[in-house]
Amino acid sequence: MSSLHLAILAPLIVSIFIPLFYKIFRRIHTGWFVLPLPILLFVYFLSILPITMSGKSLIKIINWIPSLGINFTVKVDGLGLLFSLLITGIGALVVLYSIYYLAKNKEKLNHFYVYLLLFMGAMLGVVLSDNLIVMYAFWELTSFSSFLLIGYWYERDKSRYGAQKSMLITVFGGLAMLGGFILLYIMTGTFSFTELMSQANDIFNHALFVPALLCILLGAFTKSAQFPFYIWLPDAMEAPTPVSAYLHSATMVKAGIYLVARFTPVFGEHYLWFWLVTGVGILTMIWGSVFAVKQTDLKAILAFSTVSQLGLIMSLLGAGAAAHHYKFLDENIFTVAVTAAIFHLINHATFKGSLFMVAGIVDHETGTRDIRKLGGLIHFMPITFTISIIGAFSMAGLPPFNGFLSKEMFFTAMVHVTEMDIFNLETWGILFPVFAWIASIFTFVYSMILVFKTFTGKYQPEKLEKIPHEASIGLLISPAILVSLVIIFGFFPNLLSDSLISPAMASILPSLLGAGEEFKVHISFWHGINIELFMTLGVIILGVFLYQTLSRWKPIYKSIPEKLALNRFYDFLIEGVQSGSYTFTKSYMNGSIRSYLVYVFAFFIFILATTLIGKNAITFDTSNVSSIGVYEVILAIFVVLGSICILFAKSRMTSIILLGAVGYTVSLFYVLFRAPDLALTQLVIETISVALFLVCFYHLPKLRKFETRMSFKLTNALISIGVGAVVTLIALSAHSSKLFDSISQYYVENTYKEAAGKNMVNVILVDFRGFDTLFEITVLAIASLGIFGMIKLRLNRRKEG
Amino acid sequence: MEILMAFVIGILFMTATYLMLSKSLLRIIVGTGLLSHGAHLLILTMGGLKRGAAPILGGNAESYTDPLPQALILTAIVISFGVTAFFLVLAYRAYQELGTDNIEEMRGTEKDD
Amino acid sequence: MRKTNNIILETAIKVLLFFIVLYSVYIFTAGHYYPGGGFIGGLMTAGAIVLLLITYDIKTVEKILPVNYRILTGIGLLFAIGTSAGSLFFDVPFLTHAFGDVQLPILGEVSLHTATLFDLGVYLVVVGVTMTIIQTIGEDE
Repeated sequence: MSSLHLAILAPLIVSIFIPLFYKIFRRIHTGWFVLPLPILLFVYFLSILPITMSGKSLIKIINWIPSLGINFTVKVDGLGLLFSLLITGIGALVVLYSIYYLAKNKEKLNHFYVYLLLFMGAMLGVVLSDNLIVMYAFWELTSFSSFLLIGYWYERDKSRYGAQKSMLITVFGGLAMLGGFILLYIMTGTFSFTELMSQANDIFNHALFVPALLCILLGAFTKSAQFPFYIWLPDAMEAPTPVSAYLHSATMVKAGIYLVARFTPVFGEHYLWFWLVTGVGILTMIWGSVFAVKQTDLKAILAFSTVSQLGLIMSLLGAGAAAHHYKFLDENIFTVAVTAAIFHLINHATFKGSLFMVAGIVDHETGTRDIRKLGGLIHFMPITFTISIIGAFSMAGLPPFNGFLSKEMFFTAMVHVTEMDIFNLETWGILFPVFAWIASIFTFVYSMILVFKTFTGKYQPEKLEKIPHEASIGLLISPAILVSLVIIFGFFPNLLSDSLISPAMASILPSLLGAGEEFKVHISFWHGINIELFMTLGVIILGVFLYQTLSRWKPIYKSIPEKLALNRFYDFLIEGVQSGSYTFTKSYMNGSIRSYLVYVFAFFIFILATTLIGKNAITFDTSNVSSIGVYEVILAIFVVLGSICILFAKSRMTSIILLGAVGYTVSLFYVLFRAPDLALTQLVIETISVALFLVCFYHLPKLRKFETRMSFKLTNALISIGVGAVVTLIALSAHSSKLFDSISQYYVENTYKEAAGKNMVNVILVDFRGFDTLFEITVLAIASLGIFGMIKLRLNRRKEG
Repeated sequence: MEILMAFVIGILFMTATYLMLSKSLLRIIVGTGLLSHGAHLLILTMGGLKRGAAPILGGNAESYTDPLPQALILTAIVISFGVTAFFLVLAYRAYQELGTDNIEEMRGTEKDD
Repeated sequence: MRKTNNIILETAIKVLLFFIVLYSVYIFTAGHYYPGGGFIGGLMTAGAIVLLLITYDIKTVEKILPVNYRILTGIGLLFAIGTSAGSLFFDVPFLTHAFGDVQLPILGEVSLHTATLFDLGVYLVVVGVTMTIIQTIGEDE
């Protein structure tokens, strides 16, 4: 267990104690107990920075299931570290913000922080796992924690709807991704990402390449809310605002980006990868930005804006992957796309995080997030206004903020796409800069709406629930830190270039680097008078014009139906599946246990009999049988007689006693068959069982005066004779045919050598097959708790009912 | 011996099935009890009977009976105890609440809850 | 359960109980070498307590043995999980057991196993579960 593993697991471990802190220290906000953890982790990950800066990576392994190639391998490289810093850094700010945002005596803080820490650990696991299966497990855990956080106010209909929607879509994508991983495993025989990269060429020429690519992209697109799967993200805004800032803008939705970046070395050279990632990305960007303008809820605007910005980063990664086709490092103009992607990833986290927090502050202080009701808040909340205007200007791509720099680079990258001479880009390439430009204009417009509709304009106190005033200092710290980063990264972008961007690029485009080489990243404000500058100027001019005339052209949106076709399709699908499965289930689940058992047994007979006959498996061989002793015959007669007598028993008591008799006889069988452990266990169990049966029926009143014998039923008799016959056939055939050597010799040989025990059965139970036993006692514990609950808790239920 | 056991097991399964298809809840539980006996004996028989000594090292035995089925059965015995107990209490509670042990009378549709 | 008045049983149980419990503990500890182990030992201990329940009534038994069996189950599970997870701290896979011979005072050389700790978990869970079941049903009126 290395410190790296501990860093990933620490949030999960701390989360166990959160309910305790909550219960014991009621007067202290639980968030204060959580806050040190992300800060500590952030510092810890910073200390790894020198290693990745020198182009190396850190690998630690814990063997988990080595026989299946599944190990908890942690690998920190440039990309993973960048994400880890984002997760812990933004995490710390969000926790701090949440302390002031969520009131300690009104909210279920114990739930909230457990979910949040669960997410933090899971997300760190996603970005640091080198093993695909482990990564998948963490990936799904992020979906679960997102589900729980969106549904945090579960008494609201919309929260539940949003939670379910995000869960269904992201888990669907996650499963597709798992399929992709398994396809990769079939191709290469490894789940380790590092080994996968070394076999990239073999994978490229494999027949399963395209299916694996599609599956993995499906996972990335659903998680990162790309078109057409983005529909879950706007509904996810029902979560508390700190969660939206953290999961649904800065980190979790970027897991898809991470996945695409991670797999660029494997899939990047294929034309499908370029077209899907870049095409879907740019389409998402334009779609998200156009619809963001239509929204009236602050958080909805931010949600669509996040969708759009994720599309931007996605398209950059796709365009950057094309750099693989130009195998030279110097003067490779296409790598700028990857630089821009990483740079914008960081920038987006800073400005979008601050904007979400501002939206939360506005909501907190005025009681509404509807821009039709807001306005004129600049006089009441000057600091909040300053923060939001910096964030929004950065998002719009205005100098001197960091958003301007990455937006410029984005344009550069998109213009370069037209210069590529691969994948038919000579013809279609021109569309990319055009789309990018249009989307940027709309980005500008909604950024302006966000600030000026909220803070300027007419103050409408009659529409607000509270009298607005400036937020408390605690709420302002986190967004203030983020916007100061916006400014710092804007003026000194090269703080990031060597420390974070260059190592991350090395992880995405390793094939372009020779030994000891690294990407030289230099970000500058002024590129001279070039096409990007004119594009930015055009964005500003057209953007201002469109914002000014917003009221004239906004009615166009009304021609678009209120519920988008995609959402309608989703709802239709969910309802259809629900009613369809209900009708289907209703047709055979008629509430009678007997019918269910008839299904089970009929199927049992059918499937086993057809397999036995179809595989020609019925054999009968008497050469290898053991002798029959007198005692055994007597016992066999006892068992048979006992079990048949139960059929004719009239009273409950008789059948219980007969069952006990059969059980004791069976334990005598174990004695004869040299199974002392079994005999002992069976004897004691039988005693306790009979006691239990009697205790249970001791209290019960007799319902009917005359207990009746079972009436004979032909169908039942036929089915049971069938079951008996099939089992007999199986027992005979299993004995007569030995297809495999028994593995028991292994236990005989190793019981003393490996486990230093002499009783093989016990050694198998506690050592060789300890997992079975572990789960078995867990099942027992659950059964006993179930019994306890059934008997003790009914009074409460009756009161409720 | 294995042949004889095969038929004993078959009969155990047969009676168990017949009991489980009956209407009385108690008979169903007794049926599951018989079914687990049958299954245990089936696993034991499949591994071969009476070959060598009991699976405990130390004696001068040349060969041992297969220990793996025994370990599996030991687990199964205890689990089936847990399940039977759970089932029994379920029946007991149903009996108290509904006043019947006839499963056809317990049959509920969505309307009545 | 109703208060019974059975002198023979009550007298016999006082002696027998001691032997049964002692034997069950023996069977539990001997499990690694001879027939026995956590399951059988646990069941036998539980059986002894059930015998006590049959002889006296539940309240008396609760006075003699004031044990919360649900918590006992939990402790047992912790033992089992703890022993299994403990191996992780030695950089070996989950559930790897260790053993060694240790010189102890009075007992002399004894072979000690972490597997026994695991088995102790099993033992406690089995006792806890069985007694929880029987006790809850028995208490129910």
